[in-house]
Amino acid sequence: MSSACPPSACDACAAPRGPAQRLGLDVRKTDYVVALAGNPNTGKSTVFNRLTGLRQHTGNWPGKTIARAEGGFAYAGKRFKLVDLPGTYSLRSASPDETVAREFILFGRPDVTVVVVDANCLERNLNLVLQILQITDRAVLCLNLMDEARANGVTIDARGLARELGIPVVPCSARSGEGLPQLLAELHAVASGAFKPKPYRLKLAVPGLHEVLARVVERLRARFPGLANEEWIALRLLEGDAAVGEMVAAGTLGHITADHAALARAAAQSAPAQPTPPKEAQP
Amino acid sequence: MSNSAQKDPLLHEAAELRWHLPRDFNDRLTEAIYAESARIAERTVTRQGASRRLAFQQRVDRLLTNPWTGFPVMGLLFAAVLWLTIAGANVPSALIADFLLGTIYPGLRALAFDGLPAWLAGLLVDGMYLATAWVISVMLPPMMIFFPTFTLLEDLGYLPRVAFNLDRLFQRVGAHGKQALTMAMGYGCNAAGVIAARVIDSPRERLIAIVTNNFALCNGRWPTQILIATIFLGALAPAALSGVVAAGAVFGVAVLGFGLSLLCSWALSRTLLRGEASTFSLELPPYRPPNLLRTLYTSLIDRTLFVLWRAVVFALPAGAVIWLVSNLHLADHSLAYWAVSGMDPLALAIGLNGVILLAYIIAIPANEIVIPSVLMLTVLLTGQAGGEHAAGVMFETGDEGVKTLLTGAGWTTLTGVCLMVFSLCHNPCSTTLYTIYKETRSLKWTLVSALMPTAIGVVLCGLIALLWRALS
Repeated sequence: MSSACPPSACDACAAPRGPAQRLGLDVRKTDYVVALAGNPNTGKSTVFNRLTGLRQHTGNWPGKTIARAEGGFAYAGKRFKLVDLPGTYSLRSASPDETVAREFILFGRPDVTVVVVDANCLERNLNLVLQILQITDRAVLCLNLMDEARANGVTIDARGLARELGIPVVPCSARSGEGLPQLLAELHAVASGAFKPKPYRLKLAVPGLHEVLARVVERLRARFPGLANEEWIALRLLEGDAAVGEMVAAGTLGHITADHAALARAAAQSAPAQPTPPKEAQP
Repeated sequence: MSNSAQKDPLLHEAAELRWHLPRDFNDRLTEAIYAESARIAERTVTRQGASRRLAFQQRVDRLLTNPWTGFPVMGLLFAAVLWLTIAGANVPSALIADFLLGTIYPGLRALAFDGLPAWLAGLLVDGMYLATAWVISVMLPPMMIFFPTFTLLEDLGYLPRVAFNLDRLFQRVGAHGKQALTMAMGYGCNAAGVIAARVIDSPRERLIAIVTNNFALCNGRWPTQILIATIFLGALAPAALSGVVAAGAVFGVAVLGFGLSLLCSWALSRTLLRGEASTFSLELPPYRPPNLLRTLYTSLIDRTLFVLWRAVVFALPAGAVIWLVSNLHLADHSLAYWAVSGMDPLALAIGLNGVILLAYIIAIPANEIVIPSVLMLTVLLTGQAGGEHAAGVMFETGDEGVKTLLTGAGWTTLTGVCLMVFSLCHNPCSTTLYTIYKETRSLKWTLVSALMPTAIGVVLCGLIALLWRALS
C-alpha cells in the first residue's frame, strides 16, 4: 500500500471525461452494475438521483429506502446501471430491508460497490465499510456530506484514508454535486479494471478458525458450485446466522430476490407517495 | 435455525464445528471490526474543538425531544400546518370550483345535451366530468399547501424527533418505536406506510404497525376532513376564528386517530399479538436546511400531481357508476334510491346517512372520491341538479355552495362530525388492502385490517349520535 496516488486518480485529475449522461429508468444493455451501499441517512438516494436524473424520494430520516431502486447513466462511452440499496449498519444482522442490501452486495455481483459514508461520523460508518471490503475488492468510498463536516469543523485526510483502506476515496457533497465528477471517474476506473483496488482485509485472529472455515467452504462449494463469497457465508454459518442458514436449507443461496425495478415503476404510478417497490418474497 | 440445522447436513456440520472454536469468537470478530474502525478514524479525522453549529443543534434537540416541551411543540407544529392548509386553501378552492363548476359545467352541459343522446350526455357530463371537477376543486388547493409544508419538515430532519418522542408511548403499548415513522408515511399514503413497516424487524410488531396504519389519515382523507370541518364546524365560530376552529377540529380527529392506533396496538399486543416491545436504535440526523425550490418542485410534481392523477383516474369511472346507479331504474326508483333507503335506518342511527354509506362503498378503490361521490349522489337523488336553472343554485361559491347543498339534503352538524370520525375509522382503500395482503401473505390479517377500523367507526359514530341526541 505504498502508492500514495492510485493510477485512477491520475485518470481523473485533469478533467474527468465530460459530464455523465443521465439515463433515468433506462437500464438496458448496461456495461457495468454499480451498487450504492452505506449506513442509513448518508445520502445514497441523493447520489442516486444526481447520477441518474431520477427523483427517488429522499428524506432526512434513516430507513427511508426499503427496497432497491435501479436507474442508469452513461459515462465515458459506457452504460452503467446504478442500484440504490436500503441503508444498513452492518452486514451481520438483517432486518427485511437490510437483507435486500446484503443479498445484493453478496450475490448481485456488482462491478463496483460505492460505499456512501457520512463524513461527520466516519468511525461508525467504517464498521460497514470494513465488512463490505471483506466480500469485495471493487469498491469506492464516497465520503459524503463534506459540506456539513466542514461546517462542524471536521477535517478528513482523504488520501490517508484511501491508503488505509486500499480503495479510492472521493470527498463529496452530493446535494450540491461537489465531488461527483471525481466519483464518476473513480467508478469508471474500478469498473473497467483500469484500477484494481487492494482493499484492507480484516484479520480473522481466532485460533482454529481457518481450519474450520476451510471445511465449511469446501462443503459449500460442493453444494453450490459457482457461489460467490463462500468464505464469508461459511463464517456466517459458523456464527449461526439464521437467515443465511435458511437460504442454505432452502437451496436459494446465491440467488437474489427477483428484479423489482418494473414493480417499482408500477407502484410509483399507483401510489405516488410510496418511494419504493413492493417486495415479492417473504422476508 | 435449530430446526433446519437438524435436517440439513451442512448446517448440522457447521453447528458441530462451532464447538472447535472459542466460545466468544463472534464477539472477537465484532471487536476486531470496531477496533480497526477506531484506529483508522483516529489517524484520518481531526476535529477542531466543539463546533458552535453542533452545540446549537443539541440545544434545539433538547427543546424538541424533551418530554415536557417536545409534545407541545409537536402539536403546535402539526396544528399550524393544518391551519395554514385550511386558511390558504379556502380562496383558491372557491376560485377553481367557480371556474370548473360554475363556468365550464353549464356550458359543457348545454353543449352535450344539444348534440348527444341524453343518456350519453348525462353519463359524460353529469357523471364523469362532475366527479372529476369536484375532485380537482376539493383536493388540489389543500394538497398544494399541505404536501410541500410536510416535506419541508421531513427534509429538515423533524420526523426522527417525532419518532423519538413517540417511542415512549409506543413502547408502553407493546409496539415498536419505529411505528411512528410508518405512521408518518401513512399520513401521506397508507399503502406506503404499510410497506414502510418493513423497517420493523419483529414480525409481531410489524403486524401491529401494518394493521393500525389506517388510523393515520391519508392523502385521500385530509381533503374530506378539511372540507367538512370548514363548512360544518368552522362556520359555527365567528368568521375571524373559523379557520382556527376548523384546523382545531381536524387536529382533534388526527389526534383521535393517533390515540386509536395506540389503543389498538395495546389491545393487539395483549391478545392476538402478545409480546414485549423490542428495543431499537434510532439515529437523530442533523438538521439540514431543506432545498426550498427542489422541495417545492418534487412535492408538487411527485406527490400533488400524482395523487391528483390517481384521484382523477378513479373519479372518472366512479362518476360513471354513480350516474348509472342514479339513473338505472328498478320498479319506479333508481338503484341508488333503493341502496340509500335500504341503508338509511342503520346510517341515521350512527349519525350518518345512506348517501354517505353508499359513497363509501363506491369509494372503496380510493378515499379521494368520497366527497365527490357524496355530492353527486345528493345532487342526483334530491334532484337539485338536472333542472335548467338548478345547476346555478348549487355552485354559487365553493364551500358555501357545498354547504347549501348538504344542509338542503338534511345534513346537520352531527352528520359532519360523524362523517369526520367515520372517514378516520373505516376500511382502508383497496390499494392498501392489497398491499397489506402482499406484505403479510395472510387473508386473516387483511380482514382484520379492514374490519377492525370499520367496527370501531360504527361504534364511535353510534356513541356520538346517541350522546348528541340525548343532549340536544
